[in-house]
Amino acid sequence: MRKLMVLATLMLVFSMGKAQKIYESFDDFAPLLAQTQNDTTYVINFWATWCAPCVKELPYFEKLHQAMAAQKIKVILVSLDFRKDLESKLKPFLEQRQISASVAALVDSRQGQWIDKIDPSWSGAVPATLVYRGTQRQFKEGEFENFEDLQQFVLHFFDPKN
Amino acid sequence: MKTKTGFGIGFFASVLFLLTLIPFGPTNPGLKVGDIAPDFQLKSTTGKMVTLKDYKNVKGYIVVFTCNTCPYAQAYEQRIIDLHNKMAPMGWPVVAIMPNDPSVQPGDGFDKMVERAKEKNYPFEYLLDDGQKVFPAYGAVRTPHVFLLDKDRKVRYIGGVDDNSEDETLITRRYVEEAIAAVEKGIEPNPNLTKTVGCMIKVKK
Repeated sequence: MRKLMVLATLMLVFSMGKAQKIYESFDDFAPLLAQTQNDTTYVINFWATWCAPCVKELPYFEKLHQAMAAQKIKVILVSLDFRKDLESKLKPFLEQRQISASVAALVDSRQGQWIDKIDPSWSGAVPATLVYRGTQRQFKEGEFENFEDLQQFVLHFFDPKN
Repeated sequence: MKTKTGFGIGFFASVLFLLTLIPFGPTNPGLKVGDIAPDFQLKSTTGKMVTLKDYKNVKGYIVVFTCNTCPYAQAYEQRIIDLHNKMAPMGWPVVAIMPNDPSVQPGDGFDKMVERAKEKNYPFEYLLDDGQKVFPAYGAVRTPHVFLLDKDRKVRYIGGVDDNSEDETLITRRYVEEAIAAVEKGIEPNPNLTKTVGCMIKVKK
């Protein structure tokens, strides 16, 4: 019983430690898209718990995060769930899935003002993924077929020629 | 990451290939503001076949690609009903089209559409894009996605219903209503193109 309590406490701390950052305003989120002064590759996936193709491809991002842990790469899963669903849907989802990549929630509902700032070609449909390092950027609207598809999308940022 | 030259070139070539695809790949040609939208003949949840030219004495059409299952479509459902109730008497009916493939999204099957339309008393036609020919011709990519057509089926506005999907009390722009008012005044809607978050239209792989 005591062991169980310790375990429960540990799990609580663990899940709290990974509590997602909530961005109320796009202006606060925007710096995440502009870390151009370092050589880290940022993989930013826009998704939501209600979006089936997004949920399907989350494991690819999770695998990427783990497979490339030794590289300078940061995988950020940006949930576009409704604000009212953060506690009731997003949180239990993340706890159940044991996601290890960073998760953020962007709840600025004035989407028309920020969709273009993520990428002018984006219609606003999810999933969508932005990868950038320095000034090099690549954007994709729609889901990845499989892990290899995602890996290929990201890997050339690590090509020595770039 | 070191690569052998052969692999490096192949890899580089494939990257180049990918780069040429990317700017064009996701961009759906579809309709632009000013284009003439094609008419269609689609089955309504009321059982009849509907074409735009069947509408009499209208000034235009609010064509909305929407569905049962997308939370954004659900968030806009009542607003689309309200929009129809307000604008249809002025000659601007909503014509709703469900573009998803029901085999991919069973909750959007025709029977479910009929249920939803009855349950919510849709005052407008709710049509199934059977065979998924209409949404690509329009260039719809997400639900909900509005195409405002004038009586000549000329596209006058493409985008969202308004500027706040989550909180109706924070709406500052009612894009569709504003666009209709502009068209009625004989001026160009501003904006005539907006973006909102939505669910990707479901197609079979």
